[in-house]
Amino acid sequence: MSHVTCHTSHVILRNAIRSIQGAILLGVVFLALGKSFAQTISSTELINKAKDYDGQTVVFQGEVIGEVMARGEYAWVNLNDGKNALGIWIKKDLVGKIANTGSYKVIGDLVEVSGAFHRSCLVHGGDLDIHAESLQVLKSGNRVKQHLSSHRQKLAFGLGTILIILWISTVLIKPRKRK
Amino acid sequence: MILKPRKDDIQIIAYYLGKVILGLGFTMFLPLVLALALKERAPALDFLLSLEITLILGLLLERFFKTDKSLNWMQGMIVVSLSWLMAMFLGAIPLFLSGHWVSYLDACFDSMSGFATTGLALVQNLDHLSYSHNLWRHLIMFIGGQGIVIVALSLFVKGFTGGFTMYVGEARDERIMPNIAHTSQFIWLVSIVYLILGTLALGLTGLLNGMSAFNSFFHGACIFMAAFDTGGFAPQSQSILYYHSLPYEIITVVIMILGAINFKLHYHLWMGNPKEIFKNIETRTFFATILLTFLITAFGLYEAGAYPKAMVLFRKGFYQLISGHTGTGFQTIYARQFLTDWNDLALVGVICAMALGGAVCSTTGAIKMIRIGIIFKALAQDIKKIILPERAIVVQKFHHIKEVFLEDKQVRPALIITLGYLLLYGLGAIVGMFYGYPFLNSLFESTSAAANVGLSCGITDVGMPSAIKVTYIIQMWAGRLEFMSVLTLLGFIYAAFKGK
Repeated sequence: MSHVTCHTSHVILRNAIRSIQGAILLGVVFLALGKSFAQTISSTELINKAKDYDGQTVVFQGEVIGEVMARGEYAWVNLNDGKNALGIWIKKDLVGKIANTGSYKVIGDLVEVSGAFHRSCLVHGGDLDIHAESLQVLKSGNRVKQHLSSHRQKLAFGLGTILIILWISTVLIKPRKRK
Repeated sequence: MILKPRKDDIQIIAYYLGKVILGLGFTMFLPLVLALALKERAPALDFLLSLEITLILGLLLERFFKTDKSLNWMQGMIVVSLSWLMAMFLGAIPLFLSGHWVSYLDACFDSMSGFATTGLALVQNLDHLSYSHNLWRHLIMFIGGQGIVIVALSLFVKGFTGGFTMYVGEARDERIMPNIAHTSQFIWLVSIVYLILGTLALGLTGLLNGMSAFNSFFHGACIFMAAFDTGGFAPQSQSILYYHSLPYEIITVVIMILGAINFKLHYHLWMGNPKEIFKNIETRTFFATILLTFLITAFGLYEAGAYPKAMVLFRKGFYQLISGHTGTGFQTIYARQFLTDWNDLALVGVICAMALGGAVCSTTGAIKMIRIGIIFKALAQDIKKIILPERAIVVQKFHHIKEVFLEDKQVRPALIITLGYLLLYGLGAIVGMFYGYPFLNSLFESTSAAANVGLSCGITDVGMPSAIKVTYIIQMWAGRLEFMSVLTLLGFIYAAFKGK
């Protein structure tokens, strides 16, 4: 009897553990799926359908361009997704993760922000912006190697020689004036 | 009978064209020096190549067509129109070499847009453009704003003759000083003083906005050049929206208005005669048209429910309107928002503002205030003639530096040039519609190009048909030069083929 009870309790325990394992697995799957559902929205979509997204929490990805402009406890970060750049208003402590900002010599960090989208932000004079609550660096930026074309260097040398000869001839040889 | 151009004509035109091209070549030293200083090696090579090509061409023309003869009116006009075309082709070389423009046509588009102080742009990946290329984009606006030919000849060529012809050819029909050299020097003095003050104001604002010191002042100088010369290029793809700053917007509005004012009025201001501002027909008309077009725009925005609060409506509506009216083209909204958030009435308000423009002898394009003022004065005079008894003598006066009696010789050119602009706006709109763009969008973009404004509702894009790009280039060119020199060139070409 005690053996049966013991066996039953063992089965119950095993089932309970399985149920917990299943629940955890489902939770993980749900979270994973949940993340993919919160798809990033392009700047074109946000600008063209600004009224539909107004006030909603959106996820936006883009390269940090220009500079991070600190304003008190917050900062402006401009993110370019390849089509347009959008202004992101975010707490200053969150922008510490950004190491590279895009310019001629640098490819900026690719970041993902999540926050409230405003078609016409009342706090910022009607700007179309995102008030981000989170920022995640997806890919670190890097310095761009400058490539000097050898063809262009040769051409510049050749043209430079022609220019100098022409200049000297202009100064030294006075052209015959046409009547 | 149409006479074929003589060899002399071609020699004189080519010689002076060579001098202008040489002057343009020298200006390329500035971005070259900046590129070297900032170790932007590839851009430095781009500018070296462009400079060499420009100087070689200038030297060849100057050497092989050497002459001591002065320019006559026709030759002066042709030198001006050809100089602007050559400036476009040569100025586009460093832009195209940078790889940020898809084709040479696109680079020419931006080059003409810069020289003509328009501001429409086809540049790709602007946020990664080098400092030196960005300086060049803004510098060509500064040069174009003052007048390419006048800049090139007055700064780089000693003792040039025929200045007044070319001054008029570049759409400046008012002398500030008795001679053109002094007038040109005064325009430079005003521009340099404002450049220093404007760059300081914008630079300090940039610093307070959290930008680095170098970027603050570099952007400050670029934005000043684009605002004072009512150009509209900006170093970043978001235009003025990049800065997210009300003080920045206010300062740019002040600079845009200063750029839209007649240099002659600046002279009177500097000479301690501020009353002239309140009496002058141009400033009065400017104030009236700003008010009227803003009312139309604001009513449209209110009707569309574009902005949730009156203050926001004012900030967004007024900025785009002033930017359009002064012919600048800075934006604090995205191009598509003109179509998604604004309604037709608001767009019509901005189109009217763009079509009207600023003052003559300023850096703006479009019809211009004095012509609008004169046309309305003439209309008032005609109405008075109808109302009053037949024997009554109706005299109409207006104030422009001094009291002037209104005569047909002022009304006629004002009406002809106004008609020319209206035709130009309409023709560009028809080309846009031919390619399937809606009427209002086409008219908006066409007016923006022909009036040298630069606001865009989204048509100006790298993917737009080449025919529209070429149309806008012609509109920018003809609109900036106010037709006369362009028509003279066309007449010259016609005479070369059909003349005897």
